[in-house]
Amino acid sequence: MTARTVLQQADINRALTRIAHEILESAKGGSDLVLLGIPTRGVVLAERLAAILRGIEPGLPVDVVGALDVTMYRDDLAHHPTRTPQPTSIPASGIDGRTVVLVDDVLYSGRTIRAALDAIGDLGRPRVVRLAVLVDRGHRELPIRADFVGKNLPSSTSERINVRLLETDGVEEVSIES
Amino acid sequence: MRHLLSTKQLSREEAIRILDVAEDMSDTQQRTVKKLPTLRGKTVVNLFFEDSTRTRISFEAAAKRLSADVINFAAKGSSVSKGESLKDTAQTLAAIGADGVVIRHPASGAPAVLAGSGWIDAGVVNAGDGTHEHPTQALLDAFTMRRRLHGAASRGRDLDGVRVVIVGDIVHSRVARSNLWLLCTLGAEVTFVAPPTLLPSAVGAWPATVRYDLDEALAERPDVVMMLRIQSERMHEAFFPNPREYSRQWGLSAERWATLPGSALVMHPGPMIRGLEISDEAADSPQSTILEQVANGVAVRMAVLFLSMTGSEAANPTETEIA
Amino acid sequence: MTAHLIRSATLVDGSRADLLVRDGVVVELGAGLSAAGAEVIDADGLLALPGLVDLHTHLREPGGEASETVLTGSQAAAAGGFTAVNAMANSSPVADTAGVVEQVQALGELAGYVTVRPIGAVSKGLEGEQLSEIGAMATSRAKVRVFSDDGHCVSDALLMRRALEYIKGFDGVLAQHAQDPRLTIGAQMNEGALSAELGLAGWPAVAEESIIARDVLLAEHVGARLHICHLSTAGSVEVVRWAKARGIAVTAEVTPHHLLLTEQLIAGGAPAPLDGAYDARFKVNPPLRREEDVLALRAALADGTIDIVATDHAPHTAEAKQCEWAAAANGMVGLETALPVVHQTMVETGLLDWAGVARVLSSAPARIGRVEGHGHAIAAGAPAEFTLYDPAARRDFGTAQLAGKSINSPYLGRSLPGRVVATFHGRPTVLDGAVLAPELVSGS
Repeated sequence: MTARTVLQQADINRALTRIAHEILESAKGGSDLVLLGIPTRGVVLAERLAAILRGIEPGLPVDVVGALDVTMYRDDLAHHPTRTPQPTSIPASGIDGRTVVLVDDVLYSGRTIRAALDAIGDLGRPRVVRLAVLVDRGHRELPIRADFVGKNLPSSTSERINVRLLETDGVEEVSIES
Repeated sequence: MRHLLSTKQLSREEAIRILDVAEDMSDTQQRTVKKLPTLRGKTVVNLFFEDSTRTRISFEAAAKRLSADVINFAAKGSSVSKGESLKDTAQTLAAIGADGVVIRHPASGAPAVLAGSGWIDAGVVNAGDGTHEHPTQALLDAFTMRRRLHGAASRGRDLDGVRVVIVGDIVHSRVARSNLWLLCTLGAEVTFVAPPTLLPSAVGAWPATVRYDLDEALAERPDVVMMLRIQSERMHEAFFPNPREYSRQWGLSAERWATLPGSALVMHPGPMIRGLEISDEAADSPQSTILEQVANGVAVRMAVLFLSMTGSEAANPTETEIA
Repeated sequence: MTAHLIRSATLVDGSRADLLVRDGVVVELGAGLSAAGAEVIDADGLLALPGLVDLHTHLREPGGEASETVLTGSQAAAAGGFTAVNAMANSSPVADTAGVVEQVQALGELAGYVTVRPIGAVSKGLEGEQLSEIGAMATSRAKVRVFSDDGHCVSDALLMRRALEYIKGFDGVLAQHAQDPRLTIGAQMNEGALSAELGLAGWPAVAEESIIARDVLLAEHVGARLHICHLSTAGSVEVVRWAKARGIAVTAEVTPHHLLLTEQLIAGGAPAPLDGAYDARFKVNPPLRREEDVLALRAALADGTIDIVATDHAPHTAEAKQCEWAAAANGMVGLETALPVVHQTMVETGLLDWAGVARVLSSAPARIGRVEGHGHAIAAGAPAEFTLYDPAARRDFGTAQLAGKSINSPYLGRSLPGRVVATFHGRPTVLDGAVLAPELVSGS
């Protein structure tokens, strides 16, 4: 098994900075913005994006980041060992009428995002929902597309994409294992 | 976790995992939309060989909040001398396509027999078996204690050092047994208080302090006092002379309640007999968790159903990366 | 009838000899006997034991034919090396009249595998209120000498006294099922820490010991013979030891399962907690006890405080065992496994030699039950009642080794020593380890 690093720390930071600008541009300023990270690494990425956004747009509300656990909405619970749900937390202002940006590390089959859209539906009614991912590796099984992508990484299904972040893994890189 | 048959079988990690998932379930129950799609397409059978409206509706609410289809099967007649055998009932449920069976049975061990029989391939949850165990009751009791003691910071915590006094019919109580094992696993200290006739003769082998005198136990300022229900038929079997004497010696009267520290919790698994084992003053006080226990029961049972009915590998507590 | 020459068998004293069997009798015993006209059985390495005698067998017929019949129970007995069994009285109808005991005896003779000696009930219908027709049974063709309400305790002290006195008049023995009924209401397993944990109502040792204590004093008072069925606790051993020291005419039996198995089996436990727990194959009355009791019972059997091993062979249908513990029937089949279990628990441990095994499984039970024509040593001129046993064999015990109708054995899946190769009840009933077909055995 060999691993090949495709993004290093500087690449990841550049990608997130670019995504932050794209989010602001599409959200026309960001006053109604809510970033919902999908645990575990999606939450870390959402926090980082929020920090970058505040640097660009100091008037951004303080409480824009939440965590959205999708375990209870998955369609593959019977096919994997039992998953332990993670806490869900929503900014106090809620998501009704807001611009919600879902944040995840890797976009693959699209099933996680499908589950996330269902979970959002039970929590409120956003004005619009967007999707930001660090890596899009293709192989979609549902008609889902990311609005903001850090890096498109065409891969084989036999390969494994590892995203490691300082906060969760102590190192920072994206690698492909084959 | 494929089956939940007892708390004795739970490790500390497994127990805390159930309580933590129950916290997540409890959170979802504060939302406007309480229903989750998690068990959509799955069928849960409530197989009750003993009447218990409270426990059944709690499990029914839990299963429905997780979008499972619920079949209530009130099996009459507990003795084998009449009616259908457990084996035939189980095979019938298998033919119907049950994915999970919540079983209450007057015979100790019936859920374990069902789980190990091969008659049905379904997750089995023990909802009370004879005088053996009632694991979800103990889990909801522990959940309630943890929430009262640690509040929003409950996740991941145990009950280390919490001193719990359990009073009443220990020998016939599945709630007492399940609480004993779970509380010990979570680091709490358990004291049983009862007349010697209502304690197992070999109670010395259990990891609990045993007292006959309730006032002595209360004088040690416990963190939690749990009162158990006294069944009136015990009196006719010479376990104690009459309700008046029982109440005087082992009831949580207003006077006894007043001696407790203000922080002590008063618990009861219900249904309670006011005036016999517990006074109105104690049952209705802010220290009483009796209604919280009922609400928490739904969240705990959602967690147990979720953990026993999802996952492809039996009893696999590990987590894998979500690709 | 064909003659059989058993070549070079080892006798219980360790000596080796050939046995020539003809017309139901061991006609010659010695070295180098002529095989002329005889079928030869090579018994090199095999032990020749006197035919085993079981004082406590449930054959279930009449009334319980779904679990066992006199024929199938006799076959199980022969497979286990037995040549005589005493059939307990708790059939339906109860064996409390001359008619029922004569019927059971006749069925036994018809089957032909073993001598079937009916046990008569002490009380009418086993109800513990009124004496059964003890005299009629004793003087019937079945000549009943053992009386027991087994399954029920003769708990009323006055009835017990009268029964002991009355049976004395017929040289009979009263085999008591010692269980105080009030102390064991709803009892499910041995009372102790494990019963408390499993939530099963306890069967306390004192419920057995208090009845034995009362009954040895009654036996002493009226000068009658008392036999204690399936003694199961260390405390009971102490009571019987005390009674024997006083010269009271008491004898006692222990079952093979109480010599080997403990209550811990009920908790299951491997590989995960509660796996295999509450398996009703381990439900029996009196219940499996603690390790300390098992060791005390073995020591008592070795020192003679306990006189005999009796199987309490109790067949039950699959339905009666495949259910929740409280609903399951009490009892285990045990005829086929009795000798291997005694071998493992008493011989392999050095507590008994093979002569001792012959005593506790043949001569002593025959003497206590007055079973004529059984229990004698293998000798020239004596009836051919013996079994050939391979003590070097060891096998995983499975349902294929069970010759009766029911499979409620606690030993399934266990490795047990020894193997019964042949049994002779006048003529062979088992050869090459297989029970012979009924038409080859029947014919009395």
